Amino acid sequence: MRDVAIVAFAQSNCQRDAGAQNEVELIMPVLTEVFKQTGIKSAQDVDFTCSGSCDYQQGAAFAFVAGVDALGAVPPIKESHVEMDAAWALYEAWLKIQMGHAESALLYGFGKSSPGELPIVLSQQLDPYYLAPLWVDTIAFAAMQARTMLDSGEITEADMAEVVARSRNNALANPHAQLKGDQTAADLLKEATYVSPLRLHDCCPISDGACAMIICTIEKAEEWGKPYAIIKGIDHRIETHHIGSRDLSRSVSTEIAGEAVGVKNGKVDVAELYAPFSHQEIILKKALGLGDDTVINPSGGVLAGNVMMASGLSRIGEVAMRIIRGEITRGVAHATSGPCLQQNLVTVLEAK
Amino acid sequence: MAQLAAVVGVGQTKYKTKRKDVSIAGMVREAAVNALEDAGLTWNDIDAVIIGKAPDMFEGVIMPELYLTDALGCNGKPMLRVHTAGSVGGSTAIVAASYVQSGVFKRILTVSYEKQSESNAMWALSNPQPFSPHLNAGAGGYFAPIIREYMRRSNAPYDAGIKVAVKDRLHGAKNPLAHLQLPEITMKEVEDSPMLWEPLRFLEACPSSDGACAMIIANEELATKSPRKPAWIRGTAMRSEPTMYAGREQVSPQAGIDCAKDVYAQAGIHNPRKDLDCAEVYVPFSWYEPMWLENLGFAEKGKGWELTMDGSTSLIEGGDIPWNCSGGVLSSNPIGASGMIRFAEAAQQVRGEAGGHQVDGAKTALGHAYGGGAQFFSMWVVSSEKA
Repeated sequence: MRDVAIVAFAQSNCQRDAGAQNEVELIMPVLTEVFKQTGIKSAQDVDFTCSGSCDYQQGAAFAFVAGVDALGAVPPIKESHVEMDAAWALYEAWLKIQMGHAESALLYGFGKSSPGELPIVLSQQLDPYYLAPLWVDTIAFAAMQARTMLDSGEITEADMAEVVARSRNNALANPHAQLKGDQTAADLLKEATYVSPLRLHDCCPISDGACAMIICTIEKAEEWGKPYAIIKGIDHRIETHHIGSRDLSRSVSTEIAGEAVGVKNGKVDVAELYAPFSHQEIILKKALGLGDDTVINPSGGVLAGNVMMASGLSRIGEVAMRIIRGEITRGVAHATSGPCLQQNLVTVLEAK
Repeated sequence: MAQLAAVVGVGQTKYKTKRKDVSIAGMVREAAVNALEDAGLTWNDIDAVIIGKAPDMFEGVIMPELYLTDALGCNGKPMLRVHTAGSVGGSTAIVAASYVQSGVFKRILTVSYEKQSESNAMWALSNPQPFSPHLNAGAGGYFAPIIREYMRRSNAPYDAGIKVAVKDRLHGAKNPLAHLQLPEITMKEVEDSPMLWEPLRFLEACPSSDGACAMIIANEELATKSPRKPAWIRGTAMRSEPTMYAGREQVSPQAGIDCAKDVYAQAGIHNPRKDLDCAEVYVPFSWYEPMWLENLGFAEKGKGWELTMDGSTSLIEGGDIPWNCSGGVLSSNPIGASGMIRFAEAAQQVRGEAGGHQVDGAKTALGHAYGGGAQFFSMWVVSSEKA
């Protein structure tokens, strides 16, 4: 595999309700920002564009078509779209660069979840014959997962509260975060349960927003004369949809992906993990074999703001920007999709 | 440099209005198993699965790849879901090919499907978009004015569309998998069918189908060892442009012209009519055959209808460049799969596996798909020869 450089990343603020702003208005500022960082003018200046979004968030087919309007795709561009988190759009573009069909690519993800009731909307991503008719929402599934872990004694409610407290504290330094604060775990534990055993703060917030990234070959990054972070490995895996067939305290697909990209082959300074529920950060940390010397979710993670369909790419962008700013030399980023961490993507990023 | 890759297995379901006998997973798995059998492989031989379909609202299942992973033997493997509107079947094949052409994977499975009977595509296509004027037109209503503009500019005879409708159904009658089986169809019957969207009559429009199409794509080493002839992927291209912008050429979109040029250059095609033996082109409404003949460079501007009328695109009339020998989208239209069926049928032709609708000695073929407001294009050229 050839190394691929991340040269630019931008994200909007995570906001609970973007109001009358449409998708184009959410996307354009982050596109403008990554063009500026790279020193290019438009989507025509890269070889390939790929995005991630989900129609059901806005409640109408073809959400991504609006995205093409934001690109100013005149003259026409080489463009594709995944109905997945934009982290998988990055994967598609990474393959294009590997095969030599592109030297550079623009990626973006966007989501406007505010028009609907996201947890119940997402119940319709379940098996349509046996599970979807039950309308089991994402929070109920996550609560069940947390319950199995608490019952087995693997974690305590205090462990979960520690994750949230750290996330909110870290988010104080993140201007894009939606939820931040200096509560302690003890403070958080005093709050009532929401969907037992989860408290409201154990669940990620619902956010509107977008993010964008530009990647390219190392040669192109040098030509542009921009600092960059290097994608040393990227892999994604999925596992069974049947919750009853899984050990919910593990994320087997994350383990496989982490192994494939060699997470353990060096010190991990920072890991940004897409853990929409507090206990899932503990599962992911274990699955990737991360030790206590790794700083997890310095941005606050998605517990501080979760733009569905963009959050995975933002995790990668968060790590990349820390490398570009010279704060760290090696980091891991993770993205997820599906109930109880069914599908996962892992990247290892390094400084040059 | 891209690695060589080839289609080594193709599997399709029978296309029909309602597949009441299978679930979505069962239908998708049926196509996948057929592809595996065609390639002489088992689930364990597959490194990744790339799935495509049109909007999730067509069946009402959000990100259905999550639910379909078990049926597609994908547990523990990579799964990617493509969605690029009507061109998605083609785009999915191209993304799937890149898994192998990048050298990252050796052999992958790609599947596209639509089970339109689970919902109502007309509704899913026409529900109002926030902050946008509501067209409530469906696809036919959207394309009809563009077709009228083509007729005005080209002075095409009024029955060119009727001719395409008949020709593709006669082709479809040679393909046992085709949804519509109309071996007795006549020009008069099409002309007498109800007018839906002037100038498109009922029989000039595609049906609404359930079905799935799958392909196995392998690298050079594995493709060479494959039991049946591989279809070598000689070029892949995608292009997009916005639905609307000032001065947009909607009859012959620039994105389609650019996409064709790109894929021809990769495959060494200088004169598509001469250098290709046949083409599977996304023609959901009859008049799109003459329009795409021009857009794709098979005919000069304003002359596409002449190839249609003189039988050049008909397998049955012995035309020199048969289009849609499988019956095309006009005979089977599981929307999300329709693009991949074009790509797969092109592969079947150059593998010599097209059965009753085989073009004798076909060596090189084009697969084409388009979507949205004729703004998303994906194309590939496959050949029986590596180079």
